[in-house]
Amino acid sequence: MNEFALITSVALSVISASTPLLLAATGELVTEKSGVLNLGVEGMMLVGAIVGFAVTLGTGSAVLGVCAAALAGAAMALVFAVLTLTLLANQVATGLALTIFGIGLSALIGSGYVGQPLQPLPKLAVPGLSTLPVVGPILFGQDALVYLSFAALIAVSWFLRRSHAGLILRAVGDSHDAAHAIGYGVIKVRYLATLFGGAMCGIAGAYFSLAYTPMWAENMTSGRGWIALALVVFATWRPARLLLGAYLFGGITILQLHIQGFGIPVPSQFVSMLPYLATIVVLVAISSDRTRVRLNTPACLGRAFNAAG
Amino acid sequence: MQMKRRTFAKGLMAGAGLVAAPRLITSARAADPFKAAWIYVGPVGDFGWSYQHDVGRKAVEAALGDQVKTTYVESVPEGADAERVLRDLATAGNKIIFATSFGFWQPALKVAKQFPDVKFEHATGYKRADNLATYNIRFYEGRYIQGVIAGKMSKSGIVGYIGSVPIPEVIMGMNAFLAGMRTIRPDAKIKMVMINAWYDPGKEADAAKALIDQGADIVAQHTDSPAPLQTAHDRGIKGFGQASDMIKFAPDSQLTSSIDHWDDYYVTRVKAAMDGSWKSGDVWDGLKSGMLKMAPYTNMPDDVKALAEKTEAGIKSGEIMIFIGPMKAQDGTVKIAEGQMLDDGAIAKMDWLAEGVEGQLPK
Repeated sequence: MNEFALITSVALSVISASTPLLLAATGELVTEKSGVLNLGVEGMMLVGAIVGFAVTLGTGSAVLGVCAAALAGAAMALVFAVLTLTLLANQVATGLALTIFGIGLSALIGSGYVGQPLQPLPKLAVPGLSTLPVVGPILFGQDALVYLSFAALIAVSWFLRRSHAGLILRAVGDSHDAAHAIGYGVIKVRYLATLFGGAMCGIAGAYFSLAYTPMWAENMTSGRGWIALALVVFATWRPARLLLGAYLFGGITILQLHIQGFGIPVPSQFVSMLPYLATIVVLVAISSDRTRVRLNTPACLGRAFNAAG
Repeated sequence: MQMKRRTFAKGLMAGAGLVAAPRLITSARAADPFKAAWIYVGPVGDFGWSYQHDVGRKAVEAALGDQVKTTYVESVPEGADAERVLRDLATAGNKIIFATSFGFWQPALKVAKQFPDVKFEHATGYKRADNLATYNIRFYEGRYIQGVIAGKMSKSGIVGYIGSVPIPEVIMGMNAFLAGMRTIRPDAKIKMVMINAWYDPGKEADAAKALIDQGADIVAQHTDSPAPLQTAHDRGIKGFGQASDMIKFAPDSQLTSSIDHWDDYYVTRVKAAMDGSWKSGDVWDGLKSGMLKMAPYTNMPDDVKALAEKTEAGIKSGEIMIFIGPMKAQDGTVKIAEGQMLDDGAIAKMDWLAEGVEGQLPK
C-alpha cells in the first residue's frame, strides 16, 4: 500500500472513530449550556443505535432510520426532562438511571436484531472531487452523518455566540433566577436544549449501528457516551475545543492501534490508555486559564430551577 | 412458556470507557426444579462468545425441560463485581454455576470456598477445587486450520490478528494460527493488535482497519463481535469468524469460523449435578469430541477447501500435532525442540509469542 493510500485510510478511520463522539458531545454541550447536566448520553446513544438500525432495516431507508434515531434519543431525553425539570428530580441520579435504562431498553428492543447484517451508510460522492488523491475521499467522500457532525458543530457555535436565542440559552444556564426575572421561560428553554441533546445522541448512536459497525450488538457503544460527556467538560463548553478533543481522542485511538501493528515495543495496556491521557492533558493544558474556564462554565449546571420557590 | 424478568440493574461502573449493568434474567418453568446459573462477560447479544454459551444454556433447558430452572447474568465485569454476582446466584439456590470467562477464576475460587454444596464450573481456567471444575475447548485446533487456510489464501503473507488481552488462551491461539500458516508459507507473519477488551465493536473495527492499512490481507480475531470480519468484508479481503458462524456479516469474506459448541458439555454436567455423580475435574476437548466445530469452508478454491478438510481430519485423528518442534519464540530462543511436543500443562500456561508474530506482550 502506498503512502497516500495509507494516509487516506488512516484519516478515514480517525473520522469514523471521532464522528460519534463529536455528534453526541455537540448535543450535550447545548444541553449543559442551558444548565442541565444529562449523564444519560450512553443510554440515549444506545437507544438511538437500535432504533436507527431497526427502522433502516425495516424500511430500507437510512434517512428514515437516522430521523427515527434522533426522535428516539429525543424521547429518552424527554423522559429525563420531565423527571428533572418538571418533577425536579436530581439530575445526576436521573442521568445515571437513564443510561442504565437505555442499555436495558436497547437490548430488549434489539434482541431480535442480533446477528442481522446491514448495508453500510452510503458515502456521498461529489463528482470529480471525491476521486482526487488523499483530500478527495477525506473531504468529499464521507457519509452524510460526518458532514452533519461538522454542520451541527458550526451551527451550534454560531447559535451560542451570535444569535439572540443562544444568548437566552446561555443566560438560562448561567443564572436561571436572573433569566426568569427578566421573563424568559427557563423551563421551556431547558426542555428544548435537553431534547436537542437527546436527538444528537440518538444520531450519534445511529452512526454506530449504520456506519461505524453496521450491525446491532448489545452495548455496542462500549462507553463512548461517557467519553463524549467528558469531552464537553474538558473542552470547557467551547465548540472549537470540542472538535479538537473529539478528533484528538479519535486520532490517538487509531494511532495506538497502528503503533501496536507496527510492533513498536510499548505495552498494549499503555497505548490503550493513551487516548484518554493525551486528551485530558491537552484539553486541561489549553484550559489552564481559570478565569476563562469560569466564564465558560454554565454557572447553574446541574441545579434545579423552581419558579415558584 | 418462558418468563423473563429483569430483577436488578446494578454494578454501575462509570469509569473511563466502561459501563456495564448486569441484568439477571430467569426462565422459570415448574415448581422445585434444579437450579443452574451462568454468568457471561459480555451481552448475550454479542453474537460471539457469550452468545454461544447462552446457546448451550438453552440446550440444557431443551434437554431437561421442567426439571431445571436456568438463570443467567450477562455483562458481568471481571473482578469484584463477578464475585458479588456469583455469591448472589449461590444464595439464590442455584446448585451449579458456570462462570464463563477467564477473568472470573479468582471470584469463582473464592465463592466456591464459601458455598461447598454448590458446584462451580469455570470456563478456560486452570484453578480447581473440590467443587470447582474447569472446562475449555481446544480453540487452537480451529486456529491451526485457519492458519493453513490463510497460508493458501494470503498474497502478502501477513495476517492481521486482533487480540483481546494477553492471556495464554489468546497467545496459544495466535501461535497455533502461525504454526498452521507456516506449514504452507514458512515466511508468514502475524501483525497483532491487542485492544484490551473482549468486546468493543468500534475498536475491533478500528483495529482491523489499522492492520489492513499496514498490509495484512487476511483478518483473524480473538475478540467477540463480528465487527473485524465485517470490516474485512468492506475492504474486500478475507477473514475468519469467531465463536459463532458469522457468514451473514461477511458473505463474500468469511473463510470459516471456529464454532464453540458447549451444548453437550452443559447438558452432561447439569445432569451429573442432578444425579449426584458430579465430580470436579478438567475437560479440554476440541474437534474430536465436537466441542469445537468448523463453519463451512467458504470463499476459497476447492483445493484449499480440501486441504482444510484434510487438516481437520488430521487433527481429529491425532495425526497432526499442533505444538510440535521445532518452534521458536520471538527472540529466537527454542521453545519446543525438534521432535518434542508440548504437553497440555505447558500449552495452558503459554506466555511466549512465536517467531513471526509482530507485537509485544507486556513484561
